Amino acid sequence: MSFGPHLLLAVLEGLVSSAVLALTALGLSLVFGVMRIVNVAHGEFFMLGAVFAWWFSTMVAGDPALGFLLALVLAPLVVGLIALVAERLVLRRLNYDPEATIVATIGMLYIFEQLALMFYGPEARAVQAPFDFRVTLPWFGYSGYKLAIIAASILVMLATWFVLTRTRIGLIMRATQYDRETAQAFGIPVDKVYAGVFALGAMLAAIAAVLIVPIQQAHYLMGTDPLLLSFIVVIIGGLGSLRGTVVAAVLIGLTEGIVAVFFSPTLAKMLATLFVALVLVFRPQGLFGTAAR
Amino acid sequence: MTDKRKSSLILTKPLTRRTALKGLAGGLGAAAALGTAPGFVRYAQAASSEPIKIGFECHRTGIGAAYGRWYERTTNAAVKLINDAGGINGRPIKLIVEDDGTDAKRGTEVMEKFASEHKVDVVFGTLFSNVVIANGPTAGELRMPYYVVSEGHQVASGKMNRYVFQPGITDVKSQVMSVAPFIVGNLGKKVTQIFPDYAFGYDHRDNLPPAIEKAGGKVAAQIAIPPTETSFTRYFPQIPSDTEVIYHVMVGPAVLTFVKEMGEFYGSKGPQLFGFIDSLEAVDMATPGLEFLDGSHFWEGSPRYLQANAGEAQKFYRDHVGIDENGAAKGDPKDVSTAGHMFGCWETLYVIKKAMEDAGYQSPDDKKKLIEATEAMTAFAEGKEHPQGDKTFNGKTHQCFGHQNISQFKDKKLAVVHRTSIEDGMYEPEADYTTEKL
Repeated sequence: MSFGPHLLLAVLEGLVSSAVLALTALGLSLVFGVMRIVNVAHGEFFMLGAVFAWWFSTMVAGDPALGFLLALVLAPLVVGLIALVAERLVLRRLNYDPEATIVATIGMLYIFEQLALMFYGPEARAVQAPFDFRVTLPWFGYSGYKLAIIAASILVMLATWFVLTRTRIGLIMRATQYDRETAQAFGIPVDKVYAGVFALGAMLAAIAAVLIVPIQQAHYLMGTDPLLLSFIVVIIGGLGSLRGTVVAAVLIGLTEGIVAVFFSPTLAKMLATLFVALVLVFRPQGLFGTAAR
Repeated sequence: MTDKRKSSLILTKPLTRRTALKGLAGGLGAAAALGTAPGFVRYAQAASSEPIKIGFECHRTGIGAAYGRWYERTTNAAVKLINDAGGINGRPIKLIVEDDGTDAKRGTEVMEKFASEHKVDVVFGTLFSNVVIANGPTAGELRMPYYVVSEGHQVASGKMNRYVFQPGITDVKSQVMSVAPFIVGNLGKKVTQIFPDYAFGYDHRDNLPPAIEKAGGKVAAQIAIPPTETSFTRYFPQIPSDTEVIYHVMVGPAVLTFVKEMGEFYGSKGPQLFGFIDSLEAVDMATPGLEFLDGSHFWEGSPRYLQANAGEAQKFYRDHVGIDENGAAKGDPKDVSTAGHMFGCWETLYVIKKAMEDAGYQSPDDKKKLIEATEAMTAFAEGKEHPQGDKTFNGKTHQCFGHQNISQFKDKKLAVVHRTSIEDGMYEPEADYTTEKL
């Protein structure tokens, strides 16, 4: 294959992974930004999203689009609910202590993973894409659904941005992020905000998973990779920064796509990790983060 | 099983109020005791009525979990049959299952646990070649007979030691040699090979090119993909455009993505495909996206779909393992088996049984005799103990040789179109373990 089409394929692949990564990392970033919690179980919410997507989509017979839409609506809700319960049962009881919550979320990671293995099983199961459209280019074919993922991800991201910057809920969240105690003094129910943010973070991961599951199958171990990449994105972009997360996700996704296609996927991972190290040394708050207060 | 045990207990012991109370008080502990209690009755004629302990190292979790689940079901079915028929040398088999997480490091820990804690007679059942390769030296150090069901070439290549056997499933080298003439003769001469980037994949990488060349073809490109990869489109540009056949063998949970993305990439005008069923084990062939594979060919160790000419032994085996004519669990068509490989567990258990009987195996002191008895075997006849087909066994390389099936995928099913002969997969022995000291 000549260079031009090869590069086009690499960019397309990179954009698809960027789109999914941005959503997943946004959830992680939000939870850290507002709650100052490093949620190691974040990848498992991604996995649960995919597993529930499979479950809901198999409940509807007939047009695959119906099952997919049902999954797109219900799976994030269920995952949000699970996150809410986990937050109430575990994180709140630890007073959101940063060290304790890391250990607790590691525990949650294993619990969710093993529960999925017990009840869902070890197989990788596919969800049918809502539409089956192959874009035929002169050099190769490309999945139309993958292009739709990019669009959907942009929409969800815009919606999140709108909520955070243009609504009262977003204002409350930002106030809590800025200064928890002052926010509390002004009558903001910080406790409820925390619960909501944790659920929202999980839901964003779940939405990303529902979008990806028609091309990547639901499997109980699928949470590990997104978790690692989300951390990379969030560290590079700056914890708690929406803009930074998106920029870093596109950066990492495209690098990964292009380097992996032209050289090797291992080199792509090495570069991403190297980039994280460089950011940590020269700009510890991340590209767009503000220094911790 | 539990019911049977309870009734035999009641029949053989007079039930007094005191024993009844004891039984009740025993609670959970009694359940463990019950495990041996009927043994005293049924196997009373044996010199020792202690069960023979077989350690089953199972991939219950990790990337091999789908295989592990079916390896366990197959093993349980065979153990039950053997025990119902009187066990081995009059002693029942006690299966001890440990999960290795499909992880090489954990595997060696499990091996040590089997030896020191469970004190098993033999260890059996490992599939993933990276785990087997890590375990082999440990088995040798512990002087633990180790019967793997891996299909990797590591045993026959001489990399292992005198304690490691693979008598129930053929190795990759033999499989590749058997199918290469079919690929070149029927599908095309220019082959591009896609394989997982670890031990098992390397067996394919190293053995396919000479086999294809011998058949008059050429391997044009070899593409290694990490087994944990989740997206594959990025690898396809590496496939040379004049490729006539793509030879694919993938493992792990993302295999379905691999096939679907290949379909999107090529559409209907792609090269011919020849795959190892490993690429689709435990995957429902009716899964949307797999239409792309229609008409393509697969290697299968044992056919997943019940073939029209299947013999009694095959039906008997499928019935007892609990798979239907489509190779899925009876009662759950979505729970698709790893039929291409799991027969190896069944056959290996019967080899262990035969070897123990030949050796007059009584206790771990007889391990040397057991090794020698296994090495003395030369052939296994097709039958209920070897439902995949007849096999020969090379006691020097510790590896069996058998028939391979080439199936075509059509109408959402796999139908066997060619069955190779045992001779097709024979090669010069690369090792002689019998020269090693026991």
